[in-house]
Amino acid sequence: MPKQLISLTINGTPREVTVEPSWTLLETTREALNLTGPKEGCGTGDCGACSMIVDGRLVTSCLMLAPQANGRRVTTIEGLQTNGTLDPVQQAFIETGGLQCGFCIPGMIMAARDLLDRNDNPSPKEIRDGLAGNLCRCTGYTKIYEAVELAAQRIRGGD
Amino acid sequence: MRTFEYHAPQTIDDALRLLQAGESARPVAGGTDLVVQMKERATRFPYPETIVSLDRVSELRFIETGGDALRIGAGATMTDVAADSTVRAHYPALAEGAGVVGSLQTMNMATIGGNLCNAAPSADTAPSLLVYGADTVIIGPKGRRTLAIADFFRGPGLTALEPGELLAELRLSAQPASTGSIYQRNTPRKQMDIAVVGVAVALTLASDTIERARVALGAVAPTPVRATAAEAALMGQPATEETFARAAEAAATEDASPIDDVRASAAFRRHLVKVITSRLLVQAAARAKDNR
Repeated sequence: MPKQLISLTINGTPREVTVEPSWTLLETTREALNLTGPKEGCGTGDCGACSMIVDGRLVTSCLMLAPQANGRRVTTIEGLQTNGTLDPVQQAFIETGGLQCGFCIPGMIMAARDLLDRNDNPSPKEIRDGLAGNLCRCTGYTKIYEAVELAAQRIRGGD
Repeated sequence: MRTFEYHAPQTIDDALRLLQAGESARPVAGGTDLVVQMKERATRFPYPETIVSLDRVSELRFIETGGDALRIGAGATMTDVAADSTVRAHYPALAEGAGVVGSLQTMNMATIGGNLCNAAPSADTAPSLLVYGADTVIIGPKGRRTLAIADFFRGPGLTALEPGELLAELRLSAQPASTGSIYQRNTPRKQMDIAVVGVAVALTLASDTIERARVALGAVAPTPVRATAAEAALMGQPATEETFARAAEAAATEDASPIDDVRASAAFRRHLVKVITSRLLVQAAARAKDNR
C-alpha cells in the first residue's frame, strides 16, 4: 500500500513524516521521529503508557492511526519541559519518588498534566479517576498520587 | 498491524462513496474497538483492505436540540456525550453510560456511533438508548432511513447496517414529565473494565403509580435487550419496593438469557440483574419525583 506524507506539530515543532497508514501514532513518534518517551505497554489501549495529548485531548497513541494525526498538534512527554526546565508535574514526580521501574511514568505524567489542565485542585478521588487509564505494574500508586497533589499545589501557586 | 489503504473523507457523501468498495472497506471512528481487533486479527469480518476514517467528517460530530428531540451525531465522543448539559439534565442514563466506557483516553477517542456499531452485548450506551426509545438515522447509497434502536442490534458484533451504510445520528424524543432514569453496571474494577451486567431504567410516575416503565439490560443476551417482563410487572403498579422486587425478579428470570463466560457465570449474571434492577428502580423513582 502507498505510504502517505503527513504533517503534524509535535511538541511545538512542525514535522513532516512519511508513514504506512497502518502505523500508529505511537510507532510514528518512536520509530520515525525518534521520540521514545511514550511507551508501548499493552498496545490495546488498556495501560496508558503511550498517552499523548492530541489537539488538547488525552489519547492512547497506540490506537490512533498515524494519518489520523495529520494536521494535529501532538504533545509527548518530551514536550512538557520549557528550555530545560521541567514541567511542575515532572518535577513533583522526581521529588516524591513517584516512580519505580519508570515504564508507565511518561503516560502517567501526561494523564496528570491533562487532569491538572482541566482541574488544578483535584480531590483524591478526582486524581484516581484522572489516572484510571494508566496502569503501574510496580503498583507504585501512592507516591504517584502524592506527586500529582504536590504538582497541583505548585500550579495553584501554593508552593 | 497488516497494512491497508487509508482515506480520510471530510463529508458523509465522500465517506459513502469510499465505502461502496463493499465488505473490504470499513469505517473507523475512534479506533478503540476496531484498531484493537485489527491488531489482534480478531475482526468479525475479513481484515479490511481499505479503512475509511470518519474523524474528519465534522457533520457527524454534534449534539443539538431540535424541536423537542435531541440529536446526537454518531461521531460525538463519549466525552462529548457524558459532558453535554442537555444529556445530563434530560437523559442522565445516557450520560452515565457514556461516562464509564474505558478510561478518559478511551472516552476522548471512542464515539457513540462506534460503541453501537461494534454491537457488543455489553455496550454501555445501548441500555439507556433502549429505555429512551432512541431512533437511529442510517445513511447509505439508497438514501436515508430511520430505525428504532431496538431493531439495530442483530447479534454480538452484528447490526442492521447494510454494506455501505453508515450510522449517522441518534434521535431521542423528549421524555414525559415525572420521568426518572438511570444506568449502572457491575464491573470488578471501577474503570477500564467491561460490564458484567448493565441495567438502564426509566420510570414515569403519576403520583405514586407507575405510568410508564422502561427497563433494558446489557451483557445478558446476544444483544442489549428491553426487559419486557420487568416492564409488564411495573406498569400501572404502585411505586413500592414490593413492585420493584417483583419486576427485578422478572428481569432476572424471564428477560435475561445470560451465558457463562470469562467475566461471570450465567447464574451470577442473573443475580446481578435482580440486585441492580431493584436498586435502580428505587433510584429512578426518586429521580422521577425530583422531576415533577
